[in-house]
Amino acid sequence: MTSSIVMDSVSKQFTLRHAKTLKRMVMRAAKGKPLKDSFYAVRDVSFEVEQGESIGLMGHNGSGKTTLLKLASGVMRPDEGEVRVRGRIAGLVELGAGFHNDLTGRENVFLNAAILGMSEKETRTKFDQIVDFAGVERFIDTEILHYSSGMRMRLGFAIAVEAPGEVFLIDEGLAVGDAPFKKKCITKIKELNQVEGRTIFLVSHSVKQVQRICDRALVLEQGSLAFDGTPKEAVKFMRGDEDLEDEDPLDF
Amino acid sequence: MATSDSVPAPSLRDPGYGGGLVDVFRHRHLLKLLVRKEIRVRYQGSVLGMGWSYIKPLARFSVYFVIIGIILGMNRAIPNFAVHIVAGMALVHFFTEAFSSTTNSVWRNRSLVRKIFLPREMFPVSALLVSAVNLVPGLVILAIVAGVTGWHPTWDVVPSFLLGFAIMATWGMALGLLLSGFNVYFRDFSKVVEVIIVLIPWSTPMIYSLDLVRNAFAGRPDWMIELYLANPLVEAVMLSQQAFWSPTVDQRDDLTASEQASLEMAPHLYERGLIIVAIGLLLLWFAQKVFTRLEASFAEQL
Repeated sequence: MTSSIVMDSVSKQFTLRHAKTLKRMVMRAAKGKPLKDSFYAVRDVSFEVEQGESIGLMGHNGSGKTTLLKLASGVMRPDEGEVRVRGRIAGLVELGAGFHNDLTGRENVFLNAAILGMSEKETRTKFDQIVDFAGVERFIDTEILHYSSGMRMRLGFAIAVEAPGEVFLIDEGLAVGDAPFKKKCITKIKELNQVEGRTIFLVSHSVKQVQRICDRALVLEQGSLAFDGTPKEAVKFMRGDEDLEDEDPLDF
Repeated sequence: MATSDSVPAPSLRDPGYGGGLVDVFRHRHLLKLLVRKEIRVRYQGSVLGMGWSYIKPLARFSVYFVIIGIILGMNRAIPNFAVHIVAGMALVHFFTEAFSSTTNSVWRNRSLVRKIFLPREMFPVSALLVSAVNLVPGLVILAIVAGVTGWHPTWDVVPSFLLGFAIMATWGMALGLLLSGFNVYFRDFSKVVEVIIVLIPWSTPMIYSLDLVRNAFAGRPDWMIELYLANPLVEAVMLSQQAFWSPTVDQRDDLTASEQASLEMAPHLYERGLIIVAIGLLLLWFAQKVFTRLEASFAEQL
């Protein structure tokens, strides 16, 4: 097997600046308070993801999931340790990143696709597929300003899943829109993994999602890797946590 | 798990390390779309649309011409004062716009910078290109005003103007790239740029002649006038005037002595211009080095 993502003793520290203006800095310094604090968002995390594997990263809010995803995508760089990725990185990180209200759906498809690394030719070939998947044919030449939030997200998703890349990073909230569309999203992601053999790295605190998509799960606790195993066991591990919230309380 | 064996596996690498400015030109398609978006969005929803891009420079020109030219009398010291202004104004405005928009570019695109990895130089470069596109209305006005006041082609029109443009573009890009990185950490830098931009039009011989500056510095140490001439923008403005203004006045025989004196450009314009471009490129190289270091923690700063 070849590895797709390698994290080797990765740590990332964040600095909180308490005083941003000169006046505040002087006042804090006079009181003898520190001007900044730093804390570890991710601490000494090591794991490997094999090519074609689909791995879910779970943990509570503030456990460092998103930071770890950003380290994998290259948006952030580790302070210590090493992050290595094989192949192009694509992702459902922010749906509709760079969508501009004053541009039409069509123009936004091209712009957003280019931001996600698609060439003009690739976008042209996949254009109909994208519009069809999002179900916005009628409005494709309307300014995106007039789109409902559901339409925007569907279009964002439809473009993002067409992005080329061997590694697919997915942030939570990947399944968007109403129930049927959510189902379509999940099916599409499974297809990327199982049919196209792409590596999936999914960040979510929805146990259900991880169970449905992933064949391996990691659990982060306060920036450190606390569990690495099957999604089933991961759920048990998390249930053991005393302060575990109910799974999707709003999802009846 | 289905692994496609047909495609040879690419090697492992560190994500998040771009190739700098060179990488931007590998993403030409995205660059083109970003520039087009900026231009489309700018005049969106206005009835006059692109017409506004002509009205602003015309307003600026009118103020200079009426106040400085007619009321303060610069009109009498400089022949064909209108072209003297417009030739400088087009490039000066290109520079000020480029300087401020590049400085703000990374901060303005923060929602993308902190979510998706792109060569971050993309943002300053596209800001500079948008300013270059916005130079067109200024040039159209310049061509019209020069054309109706007796401009005739000379051999050095193209090299003069291009060298002036090259000075503005290299210095604008270099300073903009450098400050766009600093501006992520401290927004004070964009305020500093705002202040500098107020000073810039007055620092070049656009609404006055070099001859007046020489007179003012007469009898003072040489380094003072040298310092004035060391401003890259001064050379660029004079190169543009050499291309568009000089041909409209150099064959007139009705000029007074003071008007004749205002025709004099700084010596060795081409040599100095080339040296300034070379220094600008060196500065650009340095700016790229600094930017690459600053870029490492953009995502957490924004």
